[in-house]
Amino acid sequence: MGQKYGIEWWILMAGTVIILGIVFMAVFARLIAPYDPFAQNTGPQLAPPSQEHLMGTDNLQRDVFSRIVFGARTILGVAILAAIISSIVGITMGLISGYSGGGFDKVLSLIMDSVYSFPGLILAIAFAAMLEPGIISITFAVAVIYIPTYFRLVRGQTLTIKEELYVEAARAIGAPGITILWKYIFPNVIATTAVVFTMNVGDAIMIEAALTYLGLGLPPSIVDWGMDLAMGKKFLPSGQWWLITFPGAMISLLAVGFTMLGEGLAEILNPRLLER
Amino acid sequence: MKNLIRYVITRALLTVPMLFILLTIVFVVVRIMPGDPVSAMLGGHAPEKVIEQKKEELGLNKPLIVQYGLYLLQIARLDLGQSMIFKQDVKDAIGEKLPATIELTFFGMLITLLVGVPLGAYAADKRRTPQDYAIRLYGIVIYCIPVYWLGLMLQMIFGIWLDIFPISGRTGPRVFASTFELTGFYVFDTILIKDFSALGDVLIHLVLPSVTLGLTLSGIFIRLTRANMLDVLKADFILAAEARGIRHRRVVYKHAILNAFVPILTMMGLQVALLMAGAVLTESTFSWPGMGRLLLERIYLRDYPTIQGVIVIFALMVALVSLIVDIIYALVDPRVRY
Repeated sequence: MGQKYGIEWWILMAGTVIILGIVFMAVFARLIAPYDPFAQNTGPQLAPPSQEHLMGTDNLQRDVFSRIVFGARTILGVAILAAIISSIVGITMGLISGYSGGGFDKVLSLIMDSVYSFPGLILAIAFAAMLEPGIISITFAVAVIYIPTYFRLVRGQTLTIKEELYVEAARAIGAPGITILWKYIFPNVIATTAVVFTMNVGDAIMIEAALTYLGLGLPPSIVDWGMDLAMGKKFLPSGQWWLITFPGAMISLLAVGFTMLGEGLAEILNPRLLER
Repeated sequence: MKNLIRYVITRALLTVPMLFILLTIVFVVVRIMPGDPVSAMLGGHAPEKVIEQKKEELGLNKPLIVQYGLYLLQIARLDLGQSMIFKQDVKDAIGEKLPATIELTFFGMLITLLVGVPLGAYAADKRRTPQDYAIRLYGIVIYCIPVYWLGLMLQMIFGIWLDIFPISGRTGPRVFASTFELTGFYVFDTILIKDFSALGDVLIHLVLPSVTLGLTLSGIFIRLTRANMLDVLKADFILAAEARGIRHRRVVYKHAILNAFVPILTMMGLQVALLMAGAVLTESTFSWPGMGRLLLERIYLRDYPTIQGVIVIFALMVALVSLIVDIIYALVDPRVRY
């Protein structure tokens, strides 16, 4: 396999390894983290990385490494859940809109295009500010901005596929619209959405962390990389580098993992790109 | 020429429904936010009567649909209204902050182009070599580094450790605010009054924020340039140029890059949204007094008119840039004008 695909295969594998590593960390957080993420007095205040504290301690004497380990749960959960929600909503709307056509399709497309062209983060800021801080709210705020991505992709493909002969045949033997959508069109659009989904999770990771970095979306009772980064920012002028370096590096690493996976998948699933 | 004008007008009219839809979404979103400007302003313990009176003054006691209608009428008159918190026109609040954001995005884009296009072209020329892979890897990684974290790291390295560049604000303390009353674009203003030490101060404050913003977006441009260059490099005229004995570097970096530039330009239009989002985050990291910070500040105060105004301006900027890009595209490629 490796021979045939060359570099794309390695990109895919690297992405998978990164994601699995962080997922492992999130699942077994209790076993991996040496301290409770909220426990204060785990050691000296603002201590640089050492044997006892791999990533140092913060101003409340909490162990940064333990917070990183537990924080993986929040960001992974929110990003994946948000991508699932937006893909379900976006794909459904795209299928229906593309298949039914007419005025409904025109209006919905216009709305989706408008949202799509607008900076997603700014919209997410508005939504996150509107809702009470919490996991559900931030997931919702992140999910909303990706619906148009799926909608546009699926609608475009539905428009082409519904003209295919086999769809016409299904219609001719009297299959109801829902069956045609679900059994004939949906299976043909799902492959491309898989790639978009992976990239989408990578992007959602950065948006989630951006919102919490700005102080929106989550209460302080939740461990989160973006919030830790915002807190560490206060200690930047006094030189406590570990407080910003580790949370930020983890956000980047996780996003890189999903982007590489998506990138690798895209090139392997689409052999035409391999000529490049 | 006539075709071009018709194209521009059609294209401009198409942005109206987009603005209308975004306005509606934002109007609904900010109004179902818990809290309202009156409570934010007076605090939780103000007497009922005072609160009611204030709400009436601001028109907040009218039914939502009436408020919405009035707001649309106001926008149609190109009036963004008055802040509900401060005695200030929204237009003025934005006018004060907008130049800062435009200046930042302009220099950010410049850096993106300077880094992204040459690297992308080089990667395409050296396709499937270690250099190509290294550049593509850089593209993926830099795209995934959150712009705010990149900003913080650059602040730490170049601001704190090496102490070369300032890490916040648009100017140092020694430059007077009155220097910038002409346009609000500090680079312009200092050039206009020929105050070159102030210009130096402004430029040095621009370095870290615009490099941060520019590098983050450079990944996308590497990819776009590379993909387009690969197509162009396969074209017959490239082979012909090589056959005529023109030096390879000249063929790649002049003949090919100019032809790859049209699609790159269109893509640039699509990246404006990303640029704006990046600017909001960069502003927050570098205490840059722009639109992003204005938006965040006013969200906390529930200042509806200002929040709406900022969103309208962001939407207008996105629409305007894509309009300009389309016009340039139509000028360069006559097939586009329908």
